[in-house]
Amino acid sequence: MKVIIIDDEPLARSIIENYCKSSTQLQVVQQCGDGFEGIKAIQTHQPDLIFLDIQMPKINGFEMLELVENPPLVIFTTAFEEYAIKAFEAQAIDYLLKPFSKERFEKAIQKVLLQDKINSIKNTEAVIASASNNPIQQNRVVVKDGSKIKIIPVNQIQYVEAADDYVKIVTEAGSFLKKKTMGYFEQTMQQYNFVRIHRSYIINSQLITRIDVHEKDNHIVLLSNGIQLPVSKSGYAKLKDVLGI
Amino acid sequence: MTKAVHSDKFFKIVFATWWCIWAAMHFYVLIDVGFMHLPALMDSMVTNILLAGFCLLVSNNLRYYLPGKERYIYLLVISIGLSWFCILLQRLFLWMLLQHNTDYLLFVKNTTSIRFAESFLLIGCMAAISILWYAQQEQQLVKAQKTEAENLERDAELFNLRHQLQPHFLFNSLNSISALTIIEPDKARHMIQQLSDFLRGTLKKDEKQWNTLQEELEHVQLYLEIEKVRFGHRLTTTVNIAENELQFKIPSLLLQPIVENAIKFGLYDTTDEVCITIAAIIQNNQLVVTVANPFDAATAQPLQGTGFGLSSIKRRLFLMFGRHDLLVINTASNQFYTKIIIPQIL
Repeated sequence: MKVIIIDDEPLARSIIENYCKSSTQLQVVQQCGDGFEGIKAIQTHQPDLIFLDIQMPKINGFEMLELVENPPLVIFTTAFEEYAIKAFEAQAIDYLLKPFSKERFEKAIQKVLLQDKINSIKNTEAVIASASNNPIQQNRVVVKDGSKIKIIPVNQIQYVEAADDYVKIVTEAGSFLKKKTMGYFEQTMQQYNFVRIHRSYIINSQLITRIDVHEKDNHIVLLSNGIQLPVSKSGYAKLKDVLGI
Repeated sequence: MTKAVHSDKFFKIVFATWWCIWAAMHFYVLIDVGFMHLPALMDSMVTNILLAGFCLLVSNNLRYYLPGKERYIYLLVISIGLSWFCILLQRLFLWMLLQHNTDYLLFVKNTTSIRFAESFLLIGCMAAISILWYAQQEQQLVKAQKTEAENLERDAELFNLRHQLQPHFLFNSLNSISALTIIEPDKARHMIQQLSDFLRGTLKKDEKQWNTLQEELEHVQLYLEIEKVRFGHRLTTTVNIAENELQFKIPSLLLQPIVENAIKFGLYDTTDEVCITIAAIIQNNQLVVTVANPFDAATAQPLQGTGFGLSSIKRRLFLMFGRHDLLVINTASNQFYTKIIIPQIL
């Protein structure tokens, strides 16, 4: 079983490596110090299992996982109990609270060996979804820009547009696709003054310069960058609510 | 503001019933003595409406001004004064209403002393009841405030305690030690020693105490050494402080959280190597300490966010010196500077 260890503390990696050595089934193919290295390593090696720290430089463990297609099995290793631990307990393959004993580590490996892969991928996705509700991550969005990874602070987003299975995130610097639902963005970006004005659009209400009537019951918003977007009837009600008019 | 006696629903019912009974008794006594119905009714109504009004007036006034124990004599004076005033008004109204009934007016004049006694008794009683009521209300209010203050204090203490222990730092350090016991047991022992010294230092320190910068720096160094073991070559530190500055005073445990914040900020905002610089100078006999860490301007979260523990330091400085300008943050070419200014209190 191919294993990758992703943790920003060298000693934390070394203890996992050490524990892995005593198991004949586990083979550590690479160790990474941050999420960027982690993504590359996962693409290169296609591991069966990764050990993933949560708090890491630039992008945290959850954000890294969001960017990996077909993620491998994941065991989180962290000193943070507050990261939606309850959700993990029910759904993740396992999480190890640092510092953990060798016995605890082996128990986690047992779980991995028993688990069938399809099921656990579903679990991993559920964990990512539940962790996304953690407020520390919602004030930014991590996207892939070609081979590069970009971190977009929410206040730089102008609007979000539906695009089939993806959503298009539009900023001054260009637009980016991300595999999420409109519903997800509507819910998480509400607190940053974003409003879903239409089935296909969520806008940053702070950029609105004008709202015009367009035919009966329909409106059009004009954003400060000159872009015009349609407002549906229910979208207009929400907009009025947010703007207090 | 305390609740008024007369705003209580139960009190309203009792008060109204009481005056009805009292007015009825007044009326029947006058009939018994042999007066006609009309003047008896007039007398009863005028007297008792006036009295009830004065009672409410006294009660309402006491709501805003509650005399201390030594000023109960004031109440007596007020009650006497109001009783006289009440009698005067009574006479005036009855004289207006029963102008032609000179017999009755004479009777009113002759019974002045008993009327005064009645007024004084009722107004006095009302004042006494009101005082008891308001004193009790005030006591409850004070008690509630005291409990709230105590709760706040306890919460703050708990928060402080938890912060001092820094569970994440502790658990991650223990994890590093755990790793070292396998690969380098000697180093593990050394790190346990450092961690113990650091924790002992933290527990021993009193936030109200002032120490020399040198002493505080020694404590910070312990912390930095542990962090360097955790993060390996990624973390380096430079200290630029002259001998002279080291003897200046600084409140204890003020520098450490700033350095801690700089490390966290630096380590998690870039993937490169991180150098933390601590420098100190003297300006107008004030100690100015600057901590610098690298950061990425493009992705850094807004500085006002609670994510960085600087707000509590700002608050502490304000509580100590009553000034808001003692913590200054600024940025220049991917460096983030946290500056604290410590006025030297002699």
